[in-house]
Amino acid sequence: MKTLSTLFRNNIREYGMLIALIVIMIFFYFMTDGILLKPINITNLVLQNSYVIIMALGMLLIIVSGWIDLSVGSVAAFVGAIAGVMIVKWGWNWVLVIAICIGVGGLIGAWQGYWVAYLKIPSFIVTLAGMLIFRGLTLVMVRGESIGPFPEGFRNISGGFIPDFFNYEGFHLTTIIIGAVVSIFLIFADLRTRRNQTKYGFEVPPLSFFIAKQVLITFAVMGFCYLMASYKGIPNLLVIMFPLVAIYAFLTNQTVIGRRIYALGGNEKAARLSGVNTQRLLFFTFVNMGALAALAGMVVASRLNSSTPNAGEGFELDVIAACFIGGASASGGIGKVIGAVVGAFLVGVMNNGMSLLGVGIDWQQAIKGFVLLLAVFFDVYNKSKSA
Amino acid sequence: MSEVILEMRNITKTFPGVKALDNVSFSVERGEIHALVGENGAGKSTLMKVLSGVYPHGSYDGQIFFEGEECRFQDISQSEEVGLVIIHQELALIPYLSIAENLFLGNEREKFGIIDWNETVLRTKEFLNKVGLHESPDTLITDIGVGKQQLVEIAKALAKKVKLLILDEPTASLNENDSEKLLELLLQLKENGIASILISHKLSEVSKVADAITILRDGATIETLDCHKDTITEDRIIRGMVGRDLTHRFPPRESKIGEVVFEVKDWNVFHPQHEHRKVSNNVNIKVHRGEVVGISGLMGAGRTELAMSIFGRAYGTRISGKVFKNGKEIDVSTIDKAIANGIAYATEDRKSYGLVLIEEIKDNITLANLEGVADRGIIDEPKELTVTREYRDKLNIKCSSILQLAVNLSGGNQQKVVLSKWLFANPEILILDEPTRGIDVGAKYEIYTIINQLASEGKAIILISSELPEILGVCDRIYVMRDGKIVGEMPAKEASQEIVMKHIMFDQEVVAQ
Repeated sequence: MKTLSTLFRNNIREYGMLIALIVIMIFFYFMTDGILLKPINITNLVLQNSYVIIMALGMLLIIVSGWIDLSVGSVAAFVGAIAGVMIVKWGWNWVLVIAICIGVGGLIGAWQGYWVAYLKIPSFIVTLAGMLIFRGLTLVMVRGESIGPFPEGFRNISGGFIPDFFNYEGFHLTTIIIGAVVSIFLIFADLRTRRNQTKYGFEVPPLSFFIAKQVLITFAVMGFCYLMASYKGIPNLLVIMFPLVAIYAFLTNQTVIGRRIYALGGNEKAARLSGVNTQRLLFFTFVNMGALAALAGMVVASRLNSSTPNAGEGFELDVIAACFIGGASASGGIGKVIGAVVGAFLVGVMNNGMSLLGVGIDWQQAIKGFVLLLAVFFDVYNKSKSA
Repeated sequence: MSEVILEMRNITKTFPGVKALDNVSFSVERGEIHALVGENGAGKSTLMKVLSGVYPHGSYDGQIFFEGEECRFQDISQSEEVGLVIIHQELALIPYLSIAENLFLGNEREKFGIIDWNETVLRTKEFLNKVGLHESPDTLITDIGVGKQQLVEIAKALAKKVKLLILDEPTASLNENDSEKLLELLLQLKENGIASILISHKLSEVSKVADAITILRDGATIETLDCHKDTITEDRIIRGMVGRDLTHRFPPRESKIGEVVFEVKDWNVFHPQHEHRKVSNNVNIKVHRGEVVGISGLMGAGRTELAMSIFGRAYGTRISGKVFKNGKEIDVSTIDKAIANGIAYATEDRKSYGLVLIEEIKDNITLANLEGVADRGIIDEPKELTVTREYRDKLNIKCSSILQLAVNLSGGNQQKVVLSKWLFANPEILILDEPTRGIDVGAKYEIYTIINQLASEGKAIILISSELPEILGVCDRIYVMRDGKIVGEMPAKEASQEIVMKHIMFDQEVVAQ
């Protein structure tokens, strides 16, 4: 029992927000008489929060580097507007336009990254300017009106679902099979880590804990897939999002670039004196952010089926909140991709749950603000206790 | 003139692993200028921090009496209240506020929180007159030179009704003329009954104005010399400063010195902010294979600046000169190129420049050579663990696990992590900047052993150190730096602390006489 409590205490920081997410989900599940976990609602939850998660991946890297990007909402809107003009007004091929738009996002990131990394202007100012610039340019592009509708292919990015190869009546079997494959993959990956840890003499959690963890994860993944299978299956968007999350988790945990970003945020001077080209690294973190904001912008445009002048307003705050709720440190050097994703879902579930309960947007905002403050306090408090 | 204004009794202050002050007693009489001298790290600054309340009562042992009453300062404001003001080497003025605003900062002329500007300006003029500074009270601090800023600091102290003024290296950044004026001012204050404690490396100044000199060494009071009773020569002071027992031991070493590996020619560097200040002035140095070369000098002599400018231009502007390795000119224009060319620089300030404190030991060790544990950009974790454990064992880093955060290690072990990082980058030339600063004797010995080991493996090592015994005990050859210039070079065998100290302190000609 003692080991269990120390285990809990050691992992509270890592799993704290996950536990909070589960608690909040249970809370809203009962408050909404189960609507929260209805297949259609779960699918909506994923679709509604996709853009936050996509941008949180880039934002996390920026926050870990020790900076911030306030412009992502405006950049997303601006790129969405470009997509609208190109596809709807000029009739360009939407696949080509997506490629162009991601390139434009990268260029915007390069523009901001240049000011921050090479001209040493604080990112708060550069991206505050960017927030105004790109919102303004969005209005210029769409001339104050909505541009739409988009062709079906483009709409399907956020509105479509993967095809079912089995045609099982009323149930999306492919989804279940994909869920099973992912579950097995996750178990093997975790098993490999555990074996490596044992091999190199690190203390690992007891086997019972490990098994319990695997059962829980499998249960969650399969449950999630079951719910989606009973609706329309896996949304196309998830096919884009899930690999992205996996790639960024891998990038931050296992690669030289990832390690250098943490070093840059942890101590910029020490990183520089260790031969890390800190300016270039920071520059590319912003380029990456720009490209992801562009992707999010197109997802939003696809979902709304139009490019609107006020798309993406306030997104930056949700994205930044997701990162901080997920345990990223405002002073840089600390933060995890998975944390940011959990943070994004936490914000998403709260939005969704409160909307279902009929809580007005006014109270939703206030409550979200409190949650952000509490989450960061919890994090800081935990850190000061462990230090 | 024999009334004691300040008495510090049996002060002992320990930091984790280091005894910074060991039973120090020190007293100052009313209206005297009392000099406090000693090597870097002898404990002068620590003693003054204890006195002024930077280290609050209770964090040290011993007693402090000021004007006969025992003081238990919790912070600086309490010590200033009784008339004890310390002026730090790094001036504590706000650059974009005016002289008047700075003068009364924290001591504002106010009624109900509203500043009385007439009174402020009037009183400022009065105090500026007292220190002989003729500037408008509205002038911004940033617009006046360091010498004048120093005078503003003193005026600020006067505004606080100072009885005992403590000056930490006040003339370190002043030119001859300004230094002269400052010393004159101290003598004048003395006439008005204000006592001063003068911490200085410049012994000529000390012997000129001091009434008494207390020498600290290794955190203990060695002696107090009365300048009125005996004539005190500078040599006499130096002997007191360096004449230590063998408290540090150095591991024995047989040097096998090979051909010249590393050479820096005609190296000139300018200060990044003060564009006309040369921080390296025509420096020429060379290092042989298997040789440990020391660079000695005071803080601010330009040693760190030299090293960092060579290491990928990490410091300074308008850098000119050539760097050779094995006779061939190499490109050291960026840090990664310098590392790729086999140069490593372990910084003097490990916390700000050497380590990512919030990261694990493992991450710190591999940071400078991540490619060494990665395959096509992906980190090979088992390999990284093996490598870092190897260094932990080799350098005897005391930690619970290599996954421990660097911030939780002691100074000596942090230093070993920094060394591990650079050893893993596998350099041929290793520049160690104050590698033993702030670490205890045992860990120092271990660091020296590592240095010997590296030299015997054929690496060329440059050791920058302010501790003379260390330079003499570890190096084969010694360069002495002053004001950005190499002012002396000698084999360690022919050097003694007195000789090196004289090179540090005086011009070459004086030494020759």
